[in-house]
Amino acid sequence: MLGTGIIKGLAVTAKNFVGSFYDPARLVTVEYPEKQIPIPENYRNFPFLVHEGDDPIATLRCVACKICENECPPQCIYIVAERDEKGKVLKKPKIFDIDIAVCMSCQICVEVCPFDAIKMDQHFEIAAGNRFEGLLLHREQLAKPNSYYQKIHPTEAAEVDAMLTAMKARQAAEKSAKAKPAPATQTPPPAA
Amino acid sequence: MENLEQIRDRLLARFPGAEVTLINNPGPSAQHSLLLGLAQAREIALFLRDDPALRLDYCSNATGIDWPAKEFTDVVRTPVKDAAGATLRILEEKTKRVTPGFLEVVYHLYSMEKKHGPVVIRLRTGNRTDQVTVPSLTPVWRSCDFQEREIFDLYGVNFEGHHDLRRILMWDGFKDHPMRKDYVAPDDYEWEPTPHGAVLEKAKAHYPAPPPATVP
Amino acid sequence: MTDPEIASPSAFPEPSVLATHSAATVRPVHDEFHGDLLEVSMGPQHPSTHGVFRMVVTLDGEVIVKLKPVFGYLHRNHEKLGENTTYLGSMPYTDRLDYLCSMTNNWAYALAVEKLAGQPVPERAEYVRVILAEMTRLVNHMCLVGFLFNDLGTSFTPLLYAFREREKFIDLFESLSGSRMMCNFQRFGGCRANPSPEWLGAVSKLVDGFPKFLDEYEQLLTGNEILLARTQGVGCLSPELAVQAGITGPMLRASGVGYDIRKADGYGIYPRFDFRVPIGAHGDTYDRYMMRILEMRESVKILQQALRDIPAGPVMDPKSRLRNFRPKPGEAYGRIEGPKGEIGFYLISDGSPNPLRYRVRAPSFVNLTVIEDMCLGRTVADSVVILGSVDIVLGEVDR
Repeated sequence: MLGTGIIKGLAVTAKNFVGSFYDPARLVTVEYPEKQIPIPENYRNFPFLVHEGDDPIATLRCVACKICENECPPQCIYIVAERDEKGKVLKKPKIFDIDIAVCMSCQICVEVCPFDAIKMDQHFEIAAGNRFEGLLLHREQLAKPNSYYQKIHPTEAAEVDAMLTAMKARQAAEKSAKAKPAPATQTPPPAA
Repeated sequence: MENLEQIRDRLLARFPGAEVTLINNPGPSAQHSLLLGLAQAREIALFLRDDPALRLDYCSNATGIDWPAKEFTDVVRTPVKDAAGATLRILEEKTKRVTPGFLEVVYHLYSMEKKHGPVVIRLRTGNRTDQVTVPSLTPVWRSCDFQEREIFDLYGVNFEGHHDLRRILMWDGFKDHPMRKDYVAPDDYEWEPTPHGAVLEKAKAHYPAPPPATVP
Repeated sequence: MTDPEIASPSAFPEPSVLATHSAATVRPVHDEFHGDLLEVSMGPQHPSTHGVFRMVVTLDGEVIVKLKPVFGYLHRNHEKLGENTTYLGSMPYTDRLDYLCSMTNNWAYALAVEKLAGQPVPERAEYVRVILAEMTRLVNHMCLVGFLFNDLGTSFTPLLYAFREREKFIDLFESLSGSRMMCNFQRFGGCRANPSPEWLGAVSKLVDGFPKFLDEYEQLLTGNEILLARTQGVGCLSPELAVQAGITGPMLRASGVGYDIRKADGYGIYPRFDFRVPIGAHGDTYDRYMMRILEMRESVKILQQALRDIPAGPVMDPKSRLRNFRPKPGEAYGRIEGPKGEIGFYLISDGSPNPLRYRVRAPSFVNLTVIEDMCLGRTVADSVVILGSVDIVLGEVDR
């Protein structure tokens, strides 16, 4: 009969309309600023720099190797390494800027970083009054403690921490192994 | 499906005097291709489409490639020998050789009927400036229509026999061909002073210049 | 139809009485009052053109006698960008081609690079790719059907229901890859992250409940008389013209050509799955709509098999490298069956970290070739519906 299709369709809309009052599967929206949907752990927004200790700038993990600057597809990272008085390059950034107006949150900087120094943030309420200066983040704004990283990406951070401690232990073992044989060669053989 | 050598041999038998060259692909994908001479390209394409064994009725992808002129330096080493035959020194003769640049159009053909493919065919222009006309294959496969217009737009290859050869992605008054390797981006385009793209300059202006690198 | 892998076209009802009436092509009237042609520019800012697309339509009365598609308003020379960045650096840009289906774009690009470099992919990664690609197909087809009915004038209800379901899928994309739409998930030689059993369980639950939603959705739309009248017999595309013009994807199959790259090439691990390729009988807008619905049902089957069979193991080939990726000189064309049609990447390597040529074969770009043929003799209102059934995304058309 002509019109049955339309009536069947109207039944579906009626079901959805009534259902939206009690069925959470049919009403999936929330009132945003008051209520927030929990962010998934893997969510990524913009990069930040991980620091270890209390002094954010002095204890950055970043060694200014510029790998992320070279790999960044939209070229939004700008790094200048710190130098001492003689002009020798130190392993820390003097300038580390990320232009988040350009950044496309692709996470490639995180993947290529061999030092686990740059990670993705989850903070997304970052509206700025000035779209030029306000969206150019310097290392002071970018530096965030490792505890923050552990809070937002617990699984990933646990893996990274375990790897870093293992690496440090290995390095310490190598150092001590190197340190031990050195005096052994210096001591003259007792038989001679 | 026959391999490309067999197809080439059949083409040469069917079209005496046609230029069909097999181009080897050294990579692991082993997608070799056939380079067709321009004179009989359209007849060969029609044959590839209608041959009952091949039935390459679907041209999936048509694209241009720019091969700019390349300069090679050939080094010929001739040992200078004394009377005893011992090498005194080696004379090095360097000659510069320039391989001319050209534009290339590549078509990837498949068969929807027989479900095989790809057969890759190529057309080459004489150079990059005045001999840039190749026969259009749009009359053979209509799927080349927009793609050939795109190649015309971005590479500047002229397709003879295309029914509607206009720019497609760039605007009508545009002059150059942006996908060519020697394309220089204009600096008079409309832009606004954002940090986009110019983040390095901006950041450099924002900070005092780093100390000059010490020259040993 | 002897091929058991192809669904019978009997799934499609014959056009109803109403539809046959409307399907009669309206002929332009030629007398002293109706002599002038009118040229109308639809777009680039027109809500029914799905973005910045323009149709220059020449009208005789209300009947289209000529239609020229104009695009390029979103052109950013994606291919030049790809030639100027590394192989890895192009991966996030492929998300932005067809921004509804980033997972399949990623896969097509990864497949082309893997062909170029001879890079193997672990078993589990192949399964993850199939799962993500079929989820993307569901997402895309839901979007398409919703927008198609928006074009028809059913303001927002079907789109809203479709988006409500789509949201659940892209939430899963987010919890796996970190981003809802710009996933950037595939890598050369595998995937970026290994999905947890909980994630796979969530997908499984969602997929199992999906046919119920689809039934409800079909009850809303498929039998609707207004819809039948507006879509049946509108924008017919003959199978000969479809093959000749290189149309791919659901649009080709709606015209009755059973060509699916998943079957024809058998890339990845698709030969392991039991699914059928639905084909249409008339090649009209209604068949193109129906094709998407039937494909979603087949995708659900593939997803259920993949989720059942997925093995444990790594998702990344240990020999693949992220940085300093330099394939040997050569070229490769890799293609997959994207939700919109054949998405292919053609790459030429000269041994340097950047490709010498990076070409995107975009399905919507080629599918637009026949828009004029489908619209001739129809009214302006029909052209909007026909364009909606082609399923274009301007990010991919203009590149």
